[in-house]
Amino acid sequence: MSLERFAYLAMLVFCLGTTLPLIPAFGLELGRRWRRLLLTVVLAGTPFLIWDVLVTHAGHWWFDADQTLTWRIGGLPPEEILFFVVIPIVSVITFEGVRTVLRHGGIRATVRRDPVDGRER
Amino acid sequence: MSYTVLALLGVVASIALDRWGLRTRLTTSRTWWLSYAIIVFFQILTNGWLTGRRIVQYNPDVIIGDSEVVAFGRGRLLFAPVEDLVFGFALVLTSCAVWVWSGRREKASV
Repeated sequence: MSLERFAYLAMLVFCLGTTLPLIPAFGLELGRRWRRLLLTVVLAGTPFLIWDVLVTHAGHWWFDADQTLTWRIGGLPPEEILFFVVIPIVSVITFEGVRTVLRHGGIRATVRRDPVDGRER
Repeated sequence: MSYTVLALLGVVASIALDRWGLRTRLTTSRTWWLSYAIIVFFQILTNGWLTGRRIVQYNPDVIIGDSEVVAFGRGRLLFAPVEDLVFGFALVLTSCAVWVWSGRREKASV
């Protein structure tokens, strides 16, 4: 099997590979909040996944059969479904990383309290 | 409906969700905009990979651009249709808003 087959998968691995190390680096403790992360992936990702399934069927876009895994789920390559798992996760990790840096990054004097959850931002 | 219109509707829906639905108001916070700035940089790179290699191809009838996959111009930015940036904004904002909202719920239930 040619490496080309994993071209899309490689992009997802790159996203996780560059972002997951932020968890220990910033002490984000996301591991303890995996249930909440799962809820976020399901609630935020699902509407976009449904959108994707519908417009893929409508022919808005299509996927190169040679650069994706061979099976299809709802007309989508598995990578496209994983996209809606990976992107919410890396978004949340980035957000928490930035929040941590802003809180502990030596700009304490300008830190504002979040009006909603009371956390610094 | 075109991808252009759908993506714009997605952004409007995500901002409405953030401002009024979940009341997370991330779009008024420095944290979110800084996070988005980092994310959009990597989005342009990784999406350039997906579109430049033609892993994903777009119907020219539903985007501002056409079937010509160019690096810049013709409704594209680093090979990807500009609509993808709009779509991405909605997905990232929705994800972060739901995350913050679920954290508040978690805290409230303790």
